[in-house]
Amino acid sequence: MQAGNQTSRRDAETSLPPRGAERLYIIGGILLIACGMIFGDLFAVFTLHQNAGRIEAEMLSAAGAVAAQDPSEVFNRFAAIGGLLENRGTKVDAHVHAINFGYLALLFALIQPYVAMASRARKQIALVFLTGAVMLPVSVFLIHYVGTKYGPTEILGWASIAADFGGLLVIIAALSLLPGLLRHLRGPKPIEAGGGKRRDGSRVLLAGGTLLILAGFLHGAYYAAFNLADHEEKDAAILRSIIDNSAAENMAAATREVRNYGALAGEKAVNIAAHSHIIEFGLLAILLAFIQPNVRLSEGWRRWWTGVFLAGSAILPVFVLLELRLGTVASIIADCGGALVITALGAMLVGVLRQGVSRGVKAR
Amino acid sequence: MLVIGGLLLSIWGMSYGLYYALLIEHQTLETIGSSLATSFASASQRKMDASRVNLESYALACFDYARQVDVHSHWIGLGILLVSLGVIFNRVSFGERLRFLLALALLIGSAVFPLGVMWQTMDRGPGPRVLASVGAALVTSALAGVAIGFVRARE
Repeated sequence: MQAGNQTSRRDAETSLPPRGAERLYIIGGILLIACGMIFGDLFAVFTLHQNAGRIEAEMLSAAGAVAAQDPSEVFNRFAAIGGLLENRGTKVDAHVHAINFGYLALLFALIQPYVAMASRARKQIALVFLTGAVMLPVSVFLIHYVGTKYGPTEILGWASIAADFGGLLVIIAALSLLPGLLRHLRGPKPIEAGGGKRRDGSRVLLAGGTLLILAGFLHGAYYAAFNLADHEEKDAAILRSIIDNSAAENMAAATREVRNYGALAGEKAVNIAAHSHIIEFGLLAILLAFIQPNVRLSEGWRRWWTGVFLAGSAILPVFVLLELRLGTVASIIADCGGALVITALGAMLVGVLRQGVSRGVKAR
Repeated sequence: MLVIGGLLLSIWGMSYGLYYALLIEHQTLETIGSSLATSFASASQRKMDASRVNLESYALACFDYARQVDVHSHWIGLGILLVSLGVIFNRVSFGERLRFLLALALLIGSAVFPLGVMWQTMDRGPGPRVLASVGAALVTSALAGVAIGFVRARE
């Protein structure tokens, strides 16, 4: 570990400037990913399942209103379902966008050596990007609470507009990097990302990340080929059956179909969540491989946290898929997988911050 | 090629997402909610034909919405993957020609696969499905090649 520490110190002298654009992207990116994941975990534990239960109850009430020939009550129940779906949808969107912008931030850190621009301009672009990357998920989260009350149109509130503006800032930042990239293509060849220094941890992350993405692609292709159309047909068929049974005042059959509808929604959700999480963790592993030279930890700790990250990245999606068979046990194990990933990310963030402190002391 | 192509694909995906969120998404969500509610309400008045028509428009709107969101996220996600792989493509332990072919397959597949999915919202025939499948197969097989290339690499 002592030898590893010395290696880390030598690398620190050749890698990130203390307050450059790269450092902003790395710290901002890891924070966005960690916050997005913590938010996702809290959402899964405290909102997701309760929300699904309420939607099912409202659906049953709507079926009851059909049987009772009460159209106004039907609309009331669907207004309530709409509110619950918006609550869930905006939280999922906030979670997904925070994490994806985190990936993009790490990616932009990675391509900084390829961007032929003044460091001040690159830093300003980084600030524009990070402003948009925070503004969008926060605003999306607020959509459900702010609503459209004071919005410029009946279906568009200020939170939606702020979210779209955040997205625009991210696009502007990404576009601003293009001229620098193109200018660099005409210049000398770029140095390899991460100062060209390779480490065992980074190699494991690179191979592990690619294999995770490949597994996610294969699962997605299987789902699209064999389950997607079937699920869409079942969705419409179950709804038709709920309506027909309710209209025939056969509430026992209608209730059974509402339960089937909930089960189908759950099946779709776990497949999509497993597919997206395994690919995202694979991508994150590849991106983390690049920043390893900027993580000031000993080789032993680096290998440990790499292992923890990859273990969590495999555990979460696999047990999300198993939720339908194993129920709560699988959910708890999946959440533990998420916690492993978040902890490993936190440890790497500490490593990046330690390097910055060390550089700052040296500069003084 | 992968870095610039991936960045362009991500920007394209984001721009498409912004356009969709601003001009189409809210209306689509409104259609999904109102057609399902109207379908149930029509059934409560025992107008079963109207109920079926509304349920069909709900299913159509859901079909479109799921694919439009997929297209947006897949273009961005694949773009980010291309840039990441582009930076370390020299670590893929194959000859220059094979590496170029793998990169080309990744780029074409990443652009074509979401395009095929988007086409499905306009045409329910086999053409869009074939295009999406070919794109997905290109990306998956090229990624498998890249994984083998990483495993073969000796540092």
